[in-house]
Parts: sequence; structure tokens; C-alpha cells
Amino acid sequence: MSKVRTGIGRRSFIKSVSIAGGGLMIGFNWMACKRAAEDGSEEMVMEMPDEWFELNGYLKIGDNGIVTIYSPNPEIGQNVKTSMPMIVAEELDVDWDNVIVEQAPLNTDIFTRQLAGGSQSIRQGWESLRTAGATARQMLLTAAANEWEVPISELSVEKGMINHKGSKRSIGYGEIAKAAAQIEVPEEVELKNNDDFKIIGTSRKNVDAKKIVTGQPLYGLDTYKDGMLIAMVVQPPAFGMEFKSMDAERVKEMPGITDVFTIDTYPEDMEKEWSDVAAFSKLVVIVGESTWQVMEAKKELKVEWDLNPELTKQVEILEKSAGMDDVSGLESTDIHTSLMAEIGSKNAEVVRRDGDPEKAFQNASRVIERTYTCPFLAHNCMEPMNFFADATDEKAELYGPIQTPEFAEKSVNKRLGLELEDIDIQMSRMGGGFGRRLYGHFLVEAAVISQKMGKPIKLVYTREDDMTNGVYRPAYHVTYRAALDGNNKLTAFHVNAGGIPESPLFANRFPAGAIDNYLAESWTLESNISVGAFRAPRSNFIAGAEQSFLDELAEEMGQDPIQFRLDLLDRAKKDPVGEENDYDAARYAGVLEMVRDKAGWENGNSSKARGVSAYYCHNSYVAQILDMTVENNEPLIDKVTCAVDCGIVVNPDAAKNMVEGGTIDGIGHALYSEMTFKEGIPQQSNFDKYRLIRHREAPTTIDVHFVDNGIDPTGLGEPPFPPIMGALANALYKATGKRFYKQPFISQMNGETKELKT
Amino acid sequence: MAEFSLRINGKSHTVEAAPDTPLLWVLRDHLKLVGTKYGCGIAQCGACTVHLDGTAIRSCQLPVSSAEDSEITTIEGLSENGDHPVQKAWLEHDVPQCGYCQAGQIMSAAALLERNPSPSDEEIESAMNGNICRCGTYTRIKAAIKTASNSKIA
Repeated sequence: MSKVRTGIGRRSFIKSVSIAGGGLMIGFNWMACKRAAEDGSEEMVMEMPDEWFELNGYLKIGDNGIVTIYSPNPEIGQNVKTSMPMIVAEELDVDWDNVIVEQAPLNTDIFTRQLAGGSQSIRQGWESLRTAGATARQMLLTAAANEWEVPISELSVEKGMINHKGSKRSIGYGEIAKAAAQIEVPEEVELKNNDDFKIIGTSRKNVDAKKIVTGQPLYGLDTYKDGMLIAMVVQPPAFGMEFKSMDAERVKEMPGITDVFTIDTYPEDMEKEWSDVAAFSKLVVIVGESTWQVMEAKKELKVEWDLNPELTKQVEILEKSAGMDDVSGLESTDIHTSLMAEIGSKNAEVVRRDGDPEKAFQNASRVIERTYTCPFLAHNCMEPMNFFADATDEKAELYGPIQTPEFAEKSVNKRLGLELEDIDIQMSRMGGGFGRRLYGHFLVEAAVISQKMGKPIKLVYTREDDMTNGVYRPAYHVTYRAALDGNNKLTAFHVNAGGIPESPLFANRFPAGAIDNYLAESWTLESNISVGAFRAPRSNFIAGAEQSFLDELAEEMGQDPIQFRLDLLDRAKKDPVGEENDYDAARYAGVLEMVRDKAGWENGNSSKARGVSAYYCHNSYVAQILDMTVENNEPLIDKVTCAVDCGIVVNPDAAKNMVEGGTIDGIGHALYSEMTFKEGIPQQSNFDKYRLIRHREAPTTIDVHFVDNGIDPTGLGEPPFPPIMGALANALYKATGKRFYKQPFISQMNGETKELKT
Repeated sequence: MAEFSLRINGKSHTVEAAPDTPLLWVLRDHLKLVGTKYGCGIAQCGACTVHLDGTAIRSCQLPVSSAEDSEITTIEGLSENGDHPVQKAWLEHDVPQCGYCQAGQIMSAAALLERNPSPSDEEIESAMNGNICRCGTYTRIKAAIKTASNSKIA
């Protein structure tokens, strides 16, 4: 057992009472007490208590022993709404069948880091969730000890039942909860040993599954309130343009249309949060009674757009310096491609240098150089951006899908001039996040529109609005070079990485630390296309590129690709080069050895082409082996074997689901997806042109294995996503005899395969 | 605006809407049956799938004026208590991640099994290919359909 300071003071206890009523809009819902039983076949219906007792901001206990646990973090499909309360329930020592889960509202007095991002919810919530459960348990035990006048050390707990062996007495949490709520919050509590876990490490069903499969309202887009109007935006058709004028008179007369006006979401003088990213601040807004009426009006509205000089200036300078004619500031993908190759990569800054790489390259017998690229990507959450707002000059009530409620609250505070305590943000379940909903401009837009209208509104983006709105995954470009000596030994490694408008380089990640002479360089190019974090930012490209290059390097050196990596990791473990290396070489090697074993690498099925890859990001390690064939120029993926080291796995089956999903997501984006531009105009605006992976293209089997090492949990939402792109590229090479350097890989298939650039 | 009589999940409803309003928005905006989801509006993602006389269709493409003489089933009406074999299989395999596309997936799967109680892998892929899952739960969806298909035979 370990002792931790609770940090739960009387103040947060008292403050927490304010959420006892269930918040302003999302009153306690009787559906919350129905959920699928663990075998999935039955529905449990719990009887509600007459009275609830809050022991701290994370939980309340009913007089009948039912426990409500508030899940603090936003749910984007990573399943924290189940796994975070499981951690609280573990330390509380209750029967999971008696637990009801509710989404907590934003409350910075009680919760820390109510954010979905960086795969950090479980890792950073681990101790506070455990402490919340253990603190309440301690208060319940103290209350029982007081009542029975026995030492607390003589008490034990089994599934919410406190027992005193000596006097053969027992009492349920529900019966003692009232007395426990009067107990002073302990300053220090003991946490369980890992060996004593009864809930953590066991598979528990998604607490919202029953509602999902029966179509109950869960998502922001499902919000309907009395008197609520529907609002939609009309944004410029191209990056680099802005609103000039409109003729709205006819549209205002259309059936159901209430108003048409413009807003400026983020005025220039507004102090912005990092999350206030928006390609288009000045928007036309159409408000009406129903979604279809507003959609119809949107098609009819005539708007004139102009070049935005502020947004085109830097791009013009860049293009002129590249010797381009006819510069407009309206960017195109073909110009991006040549700018990255000709300007960006030649203006890099050194980020890390070990040994004397320049000399090693001079003395090399052979230099292998390869360049890898990827396009912009749109997040394409299945639920398009939306938010409900009821904002006046006094207060704002906001409900919907947001990954960063705490930052959005600050933005609303500044934009609407409301005090933080007068802004109530509640989080809906989200139809996907992937980083897109870190950037809450849509929430601010909804608040601005509602305040202007003096009415509750739901802002709805069409799919086209969503896909052409920016906040994309950047386009990246990386060149790797390796120096080999006369004995075919690796003597130097050089990575030159950049992108529009950010670099994907992680200079201190593997193979840094494993090679004496190492050079890492970075560069960026300006753009007026807005970008944002996309599942495993930067890693989502550089992992696949690096792992493809290592595969090709191993082949050039006549080595097995797994053993080649293991030998490098062995060097990094025993005698690391430099002190800034940010990975644990032993854990890295561990997943490679595990995947080699589980997939039967050494005696594998020869009828399939196999590729391997391993990567470290978000504090976790993932290795994958992909088996495939190519028939009629179509990739057919048979099986993916995954080995994952994310420390303690809280909810194993749900964690497997996350690894399966990340794997499919990575295959899909590397193979099929891209966002391209012509004269600033996104060339894909819906799923007819923007290709996402579908049923037929998914692997037949995904086999997931977790390393069991008892280390406190690390990230899982993102780590399975980046490396699979390398395993895929390496398997494609085995299947076709051709290396794949340019994402999406499908552009190199279906007939024309581009020549390798050496 | 005109008045339309619809049969949805065994009940009669009268709605007032423009004749070209897609059934999707009538279900969501007018009747508050929000289980049917908006994903793309052009029949490319399958999130809005409902049954029209037992056949899976994309409700974003069906004008309300063409829906009057048919029996419409939405996810809310697929079963009385959420215990349709496909829904049960979805719970057993704990399929959803974000869950947004799953109503459409379930409606496509239920229609498939209704006309083909024991589909092959290829038949499953073919019937389900119009339903995008952005989270990538495809392998679980397929496993759940197989479970539901077996349970129907039993």
C-alpha cells in the first residue's frame, strides 16, 4: 500500500454540493440507471435511492448503496467514461454492478485537467481518481468504526459492505453514508496494492453501450430545447479569402428563416487561448427554425468574398522567393509539394547533433537517402462540429462536444464579457474527437450567435462546412540519410524533417541515442491553411516514415528488420549516445520481442507479405506486424498482430477495442485519405471525394497483446495509430516489390507506381 | 409546407414540412427521434440508415413526400426493449467506441440478416460497406453480425 495526500479539502467538498442537483441542463436522467449487464445480454435496472450523500466531488452514495461516480473527462470514444469511474470504484471497494456513471460538468474546483488529448486522461487522472475512491472509503470506514466503537484497523470491506469480524457485524455503504458525509475529509489515505485490484484489470462494458445501440440522445447534435433555433455558418470557399458583402434580403424571406448576419468570432483585440484556432473568424450566420430550412437557405445565399490581405502576405513572399509567378496567396497542393522539397528542406535548423555526422557521411562507402511525404488530413469526426448555447448578457449555458471545456470557458469569458462563474459548460458524449474538438471555435461561435439573437440556438456544421473548415493535420516531408562503411555497418544517421506549417521531428526519439553520429534538423513553412492536433500529432507521420526507412536500411545491410532494431535498442540501453533520449530502450525492445513471438515472425506464413514496425509516443510502446496480399492492385489485409506496453491496463477488452481502432485508423489514413487544395479551395468536401477506410478494407483479424508489467498506466488512445503506417508500407514492399514513400499509398497503386526517388 | 402522415415504429405521426425535407430531418427535428444520425447528407456514410418496409435506406436521401405509404423503422423501434439479436450482439462484443455511427451500422446489419440470416464474410462486407466507422470498429461489427446471425439460426 502507498500513502497519498488527498488534497480534497472541505472547500471542494462544499463546492461539490452544487453539482448534486445534476447541473443546470442535464438533470438526472432515469436512463442513467439502466445499463447492459456484464454478459451483454441483459439490462440491469437499479432502484433509485431516496437520498444521496456526496462524500467528495467524484462520487455520491445513495441510502440503498447505489453509487454515482462522475467521470471528469470528455468522452470522445476512448472509453474514459467507463475506465475512469472503474478506477474510483476500485479504491472505493464497491460492486461495479451498483455503480451509475454520470458525465461531470466542467468544474475546475474539483477536477484537474478535464481535457481529452495527448492520451493523458488515465495517466494523469490515475492518482486523483484512486485518491477520490480511497478517501470516500476511509470516511465510510471511520463512520462505521465510530458507530460500533471499534478500531478502524479491525474493519474490512467487501463490495460496499463493511464487516467487523470480531463482533460479526456488517453494514452497507448506503446505511453508513449519511454519517460518513459528516466526517472530516482525511488528509492522507492509503491506496491499494496492485495485487488487490478487483475491478482494474477486468473487462467492463461501455457504460453508455445500451443507450448507443437503442439510439437514445447522447450527442451534442441530439440536443433540442424549447424555443431553440438552428444556426449555420457560411464560410469563405478558399483559405486566404474573407467576407466582402452579401445580399440576404431574399433569403430572409425564405420559410423558417429568422435572421442572416455576420459575426467576428475572434476579434483582433481579443486575448486568445491556444485552443482558439479558426481559419475563418468572420462568418455569415443563418438562423432558422429547422435544420433543413437553414440548409436550403444556405444554398441560396449570395455572398461575395475577397482576398484577405493579412492571410495572403506571408505566403506570397514565400512563393515569390521560390521563383514562382502569378502569386495569389491562394495555396495549391502542387505548390506545397515543390516548396517543401525546394525551400523548406534546404533551410533547416539543427536541433540535435551527436558525434561528427558530416565527417561520417564524407567517409561513408555508401549513403542511403529516402524522402517521405504525407498530405493534409481532415479529422472527419462522424458527428460534425456543433454546439448548443443559451447566452445572454448575464450568463451562458453551453452543452455539446468539446475536448477542452476549461479553455473554451476562458474564451467565452473573454469574448462575451461574462464572469467564469456565469458560464456553465456541460459535455455531451462526442461522435469522435481525434483532436478536432480541442479547438472550440464552434462553441464560441454558438455563444456569440445566441447572445446576439437573445435566444437558445444549436449551431450545426454541415459535413461540407466541417471538412473545409481547416484545423487540418499538417502536410509533412522528411528526408532520411544513413551512412554505411565498407563493412556495411551503420556509421551515421541524418533526419531532415519539416512541414506546412509545423515540423514532425522528435529529435530525441529512437534511433537517437543508438547511433554515434546523429544529426536532426527541422524546418517549417508558412501557410494560411489552419492546422491542429490530429490523433498522435507529428508521430502520425514521422513514425511510419522512420519505420519504413529502418526497414529499407535493414534490407540494405542484409539484416532481419526486427533484429536490426533490437541491436540498435541494445546499444541505446547499454551505452546510450547523449542524455536527452526520451524513450526507455528496454520497454521498446520488449514490445518488439513480444510481437515477434506472437506473430511467429521467424516461421511465419509465407503466403502473406509481412511488415513490422514499432514506435514510442504518448508514454507508451507499440509494435505491430501486418500480413497482407495485393490482388488486382488492391491491398487485402489479412491480419495485424499488436504488442502494446501501456503499463497497467484498466479495462482490457475496451483497451483492445482502442488498439484495433487505432490500427484500422492508421491503415485507412496511410492508404486512402488526403486533403488537397487548388487556389486555396479544399478539393474534398464530403465522403464521395474524401476516402475513409471502409468495412471491406479493414484487416480480417487484429490480434492484440499487452505487456503485463504493473507500471502505472500510460497513454493508449494515440500510440497504436502511428506505427501501423510503417508496418503497412513495409508489407506493401514485400507484396509488390516497390517501396511506398508518399501517402496516401493508394496513389502509388492501381496501375501507375511512381519511380523511386533516390 | 404541407402535411404528411407517416408510419414510424408502428405509430402514426402527422408532420408539417416542405415536401423535399429529407426523412432524416423530419425524424430528428420534427419527431425528436435522434437515434438516426446525420453524417454526410449525401448517402456516403450510412449514419442515417433506417428501414423502409424492411429495406435499409439512407434517410438523408428520402424526401418526406415519398415516405408516406411505407412502414418506417428507426433504431428506436428496432425492438421493444433494445433486445433485437443485433443489438444484443453489439452489447456482447462491446462494439462502440464513440458510438455515433452505430445506429446506422445496426440498422444495416439488421436488414441484412432479415433477408440473409447466415451471410458469408463477403456478403457482410458488401452489405456494410456503405457504413463508415471513423473509430475503426469494423472487426467487432463483423464479429457481432456473425454472433447475431448464429443466434437467429438457433
